Formats: sequence, structure tokens, C-alpha cells
Amino acid sequence: MRQTRLADLFREQHDVILADWIKALSDSTAARRDLIGDADLQRQARDFLGAVTRAMTSGELDVNAIAWDPVRELLARLSRSRALQGFKPSETATFVFSLKEPVFTQIRRTSTQSDTVGDDMWAVTTLLDGLGLYTTEVFQKTREEVIARQQQEMLELSTPVVTLWQGVLALPLIGTLDSARTQVVMENLLQRIVDTGSMIAILDITGVPTVDTLVAQHLLKTVAAARLMGADCIISGIRPQIAQTIVHLGVDLNSVTTKATLADAFAVALSRAGLSVAPAAAKPAGPSDSAVAAH
Amino acid sequence: MERIPILKMGPFLLVTIQVDMHDRLAMQLQDDLTTRIADTSARGVLIDISALEMVDSFIGRMLANIAGMSRVLDAETVVVGMRPAVAITLVELGMSLTGVRTALDVERGMALLGSAQRR
Repeated sequence: MRQTRLADLFREQHDVILADWIKALSDSTAARRDLIGDADLQRQARDFLGAVTRAMTSGELDVNAIAWDPVRELLARLSRSRALQGFKPSETATFVFSLKEPVFTQIRRTSTQSDTVGDDMWAVTTLLDGLGLYTTEVFQKTREEVIARQQQEMLELSTPVVTLWQGVLALPLIGTLDSARTQVVMENLLQRIVDTGSMIAILDITGVPTVDTLVAQHLLKTVAAARLMGADCIISGIRPQIAQTIVHLGVDLNSVTTKATLADAFAVALSRAGLSVAPAAAKPAGPSDSAVAAH
Repeated sequence: MERIPILKMGPFLLVTIQVDMHDRLAMQLQDDLTTRIADTSARGVLIDISALEMVDSFIGRMLANIAGMSRVLDAETVVVGMRPAVAITLVELGMSLTGVRTALDVERGMALLGSAQRR
């Protein structure tokens, strides 16, 4: 009974409601005319009201019902595009809520019995509240997706394994090491050890701001796993403060070769591989050379 | 009854594990290997686990045990070709096999045994 009454109202008074609503929207400050043009705003209003009217005819007043799927899809699209344009979530929700006023006006105007007015208004209010809140939900979900994607990207970007020399890998660690990151670091490093057949890996922790017992334990685990595969690890880039912290914490790093800088670690790696760095062949000093130099 | 073959290469023994280890197979290997070391008076044992995809704490302990037994029989043990996933699992299980020497592949493992032999 109430459903058909409201459906009829929406269908018959569609044009009046739309005109009232667009006028109210244009006057309101929440419409943010600086972000959206007249044509777009009118199109959004027309699309939304059309979708609501169609869903109404199903006789269902629950916004989570199947009949309301198109409306929710439309709102999800609208919420996303508005978020990109720079609307606040409250402004998008207000867009939906502002439909109440023109609808209430029509309910009051067309109603013949006074006792149905309150009923109808309550039904429309719950309906539009549900839809308005849905837009904020979508907004939040979109945000969370973005954050999750960025976290994943950061994780992948922050753990590069570089080849310094044939058989010598380096892993410059930047940022705080937590369990999830260590796992990625460890897997990357071990896979690269297999791929390149490297004997020595240098873990450079210059970019790690703090080392607590947990971080130290993660480092030791990585070193132990690399050793099990047959590669030696050298930890480099230990800053004076971190050296102090490690000793104060009582972390035992005796089983690992540690060096102050990456350059020192690289020198050790080269000497273990039986290589050495020498100055480019200096020509033996002689009278002819000094003649060339004189030019 | 399936067995893991033990090959003799000069003064060393070569064990290649190509099937998934179950507990009875591991015990059998321990028996066979110690017997072979004693019989051939081998100076080194090389265990290739590059085909091993799964380990549990029992297999981890077995590797450590074999190394210990070989050392008592005066043979050096080198485990080669451990996969990253296996290495991570062993570390997470708290078994870093401290007494066992490791190498990336059979070639390097042999070189390691050879250099230990010369000393």
C-alpha cells in the first residue's frame, strides 16, 4: 500500500521533484559549484532520481534488496568520480540527503489523508539515509584500496637486490624492518642467490633508522637462511648509535661479519672471492712520459 | 624397499636426495651412510638436497645428526643446493644447522671438500 503510493508519487511527480531538487542543489553551498558544472550536476541528479524511481516501482523499500542494485552501482560510480574531483564524502552524502526536501514537499502537497504523511516521510527518510551512508562507505573503501595498493608497492620498491660484482650481491635496506618486510627481503635475497649463484651477500643497513632486538633477530634469520644455502652474509652500514644499541641490548652478532661501511664490506667480499682492486696501470715513469705530460 | 643411493667419488661420498623424505627413509639413510663411511673410510660427505621441496623439524635434525655422525667418523659433511623456501622454513623452525657446512651447488661443495681435504 505505502510502497505503491510512494512509487506513484515518484513516477507522477518526477519532473516537479527533479526541478525543485536541481534548484535547491544549485543554491546550496554543499553543491560545490567550483568543482562541478551545471550540466554535470543536473545529469547526476536526473540519473539518480531516475534510478530511484525505477527501483521504487519494484515495491521494495530496502536499499540492500536486489531491486536497488542499479541505484547502488550508480552511487558507487558517482562517489568515486566525485572523490576524484575533490568532493568531501560529507558533500556527496549531502547531495543524496538533499533530495528529501523536494520529496517531502510533494508528499505533503499530494496527500489526501494526514495520517499517511508521517508514514511516507519516514519511509523516504530511511531510504535516502541508507543511500547517503552508502556513498561514504564506498568512499572509504576506495581510500582503503588505494592505501593497500600503495603499501604493497612500497614493499616491492623498498627491497631491491643489486649485483655489485659477479658473485657479490648487495641489499641496501631502507626504512624500518618489520616481520612482513623481512619476509619479502629474505625471499628476494635467497631467490637472487640461487639465480646468480652468488657466494657473498652484503646487507647494508645504513638506511635503517633504528635497530631493536626484533630487527636484529630478523637480520640474523636472514643471515642464517643465506648460510644454509651456502652463501656468506656481511652486514654493513652500522652507525655508531646503532652499534651502541646493539651492545646495550645484548644482541649477539659475533657469528656475522660486520663492517662500518658498504665499501669495507665490498673489499672483504672481493678479497674472499680472490679479487683485489688496484689503481689503473700506471705507466713507468721515464723521460718519454714526462715529455708527453709536458704537452 | 626404496633407498637413497650413495655414490662414491674418490675419497668422498655423494648423496642426492631426489624424493620427498619421510621419516623411515631418513633413518635408513642414516644407517646406510654411516656404514658406508666406515667401510670406505671416506673423508667427506656431500648431500645434494636441491630436489627437496619440503622439510620438517625431523628432516632438519636428521641433517644435523648425519653431520655429527660423519664428524665422529672423520668425514666432513657439506649440504648443497638448499632451496630458499627450505632455508626459510628451517630458520623459522629455529634450526640453523650450525655444525653443517653449506654450498650453493655440487661443484662448489666438492671444491669445499677438496680444500678441507688438503688442509
